[in-house]
This record gives sequence, C-alpha cells and structure tokens, in this order.
Amino acid sequence: MTHPIDSVKTYAWVWAVLLILTALTTAVAHIDLGVFSVVAALGIATVKMLLVALFFMHIRYSDKLTKLVVLGGLLWLGLLIVLTLADVFTRGWLGFPGK
Amino acid sequence: MASQAHVETLAVREQFDTAHQQQDASTLGMWIFLLTEIMFFGGMFMMYTVYRAVYPHVFGLASSTLNEMIGAVNTAVLLCSSFTMVLAVRGAQLGRRRTVMLFLILTIVLGLVFLGVKGFEWNQKFQEHHVPGLAFHMEGTSQQGPAQLFFSLYFAMTGLHALHMVLGCGLMLYLLWRTYRGTYSAEYYTPIDMGGLYWHFVDVIWIFLFPLLYLIDRHLK
Repeated sequence: MTHPIDSVKTYAWVWAVLLILTALTTAVAHIDLGVFSVVAALGIATVKMLLVALFFMHIRYSDKLTKLVVLGGLLWLGLLIVLTLADVFTRGWLGFPGK
Repeated sequence: MASQAHVETLAVREQFDTAHQQQDASTLGMWIFLLTEIMFFGGMFMMYTVYRAVYPHVFGLASSTLNEMIGAVNTAVLLCSSFTMVLAVRGAQLGRRRTVMLFLILTIVLGLVFLGVKGFEWNQKFQEHHVPGLAFHMEGTSQQGPAQLFFSLYFAMTGLHALHMVLGCGLMLYLLWRTYRGTYSAEYYTPIDMGGLYWHFVDVIWIFLFPLLYLIDRHLK
C-alpha cells in the first residue's frame, strides 16, 4: 500500500546472512585478536543490527522524518556512552587523593 | 484547502487525510517509543561497559562460565522468529489472512522456545551457585564481589530482555486473535506492522547482549 513489498527471497537471504554472522561471531570469539576481539564482536553485531533495521524493520522504505528520528535516537545513545566514558576513564588523570 | 470530510475507516481515521499519512504517523510514534526503549536498555549497556572496564579479568572469567553454544543457538532461534515475523507482516501487506496467522503462530512458538532455553540457563546458574546472593560462589578468583556484579548485570539484562519477549508473545497472541476475527486487510494492517517493529527491536537488543555477555574475552580462557 504505502511502500514496496519485498520478496520472500530477499527476506530469506537476509535471514541466512544473519545466521551465518551468528556462527562467525561465535567462532571468532575463540581466536585471540587482542583488542580486536571486542571490535570484531561489536562490528558483527552492528552489521546484524543494520540488516534487521533496514530490511526487517523497513527503514529502507521509511520516510525521511522517521529516518531522522532513528538517527537522533542513536545520537542520544552515543552521547550517553561517550560522555560517561569520558568521565570514567579520565578520573585518575589529575591524581587527586582518593580519586 | 483543507481536505473534504471523509467516511471514517480503520485505515483512515477522521484526523488523517490519507491512509499513507496515518501509517507514517503510527510508524513515527512507534519509533519514538522504541527510542525510549533504546535509552532504557542503554543505561544497562553503559553500566556493563564501565564495570567491565574496571574489572576486566573477573568479567572475562565470569563470561567464560556461560555456555556460548546455548547462547548461539538461542540467537539463531530469535533470528528465525524475526524471519517468521517479517513474513507475517508481508502476508498482512498482501492481505493473506491465513499466512499471517501461520507465521504469527510460528513467531510465538519460536519466542517460547527462546524463553524455555533461557529458563534452562537460569536454572543452571542456580545449580552452579552463580546467582548473586549469600550462596554465590565462582571458582578461580578471590574477587567474589565483582563476579557477583557480572551476574547481577547478566540477570538484570537477560531478565529485562526476557520480560520484553513475554510481552511480545502476548502482543502476538492479541494480533493473532484480531487477525482470526478478520480485523486486518491489505488496506489496514498497521498493528501487525507495529508489532513487527517491536519484535525486531527486541531481537536487536539480543544481538548485542549475546556477544557482550557470552563472547567477549572468551579467548582468554
């Protein structure tokens, strides 16, 4: 009615890729990549999130206002994380007694 | 020029000009609700990140006590349920009532399988004394406090996620009943669409919970 209807084939592909990525992230977790273990785990999770949001949640077909609101939400989440970590990780820098 | 008064239907309520406009308004409203959910879970993800940075070793040990294969299988179950959910929404777009009902039932069944596996895992935690409290004990570390912190976060995050799954299953049952009664059509299926957004959102939360709780630091074991 309002936006194009995806084929079952498209959804099946997305589903298959999501399952493969789940197997991949589980396998990669057993390999020591140093700090990149976290990067790999969160990178794969982000790709999976994008697949679900763009295809299953139809963000691809959403109007601009909805897209803007979703991006705005991610921005607020980013502020929450970045500002909190900026506080937590820099508390020891000035060397006040008792931190 | 203001629009002419029109006959009110489920697809076009009085305050909307077109069905398209009404559907966009519903989608926007649903996303704003989901954003509040992102911030709700976001606080917990934040807490997890900070304490993991403070106690990296104990969090790694505690994370490695979880069975990652069970976690991976449960992730697959949830992804399958998202697939059946999107097929239910597609069925609704095409106005295929029986298809919608079939896939809603499959979605509910997969959701219940996920909750069953989760219950099995929680039960294991009780047997292993990995539930925070007086009986808590984790092998291999003297830092029992931070270890309890990990499991407190584990239960809070998976618990809150499971609660969303329970509510999701209830929502799907309601949609199933309304579909059975013939409320929805190819012209009006917004509630199924919105139910789908909710279901996929809960799936996305798990997509991040799985690596953070089960996988990170597993190679250190």
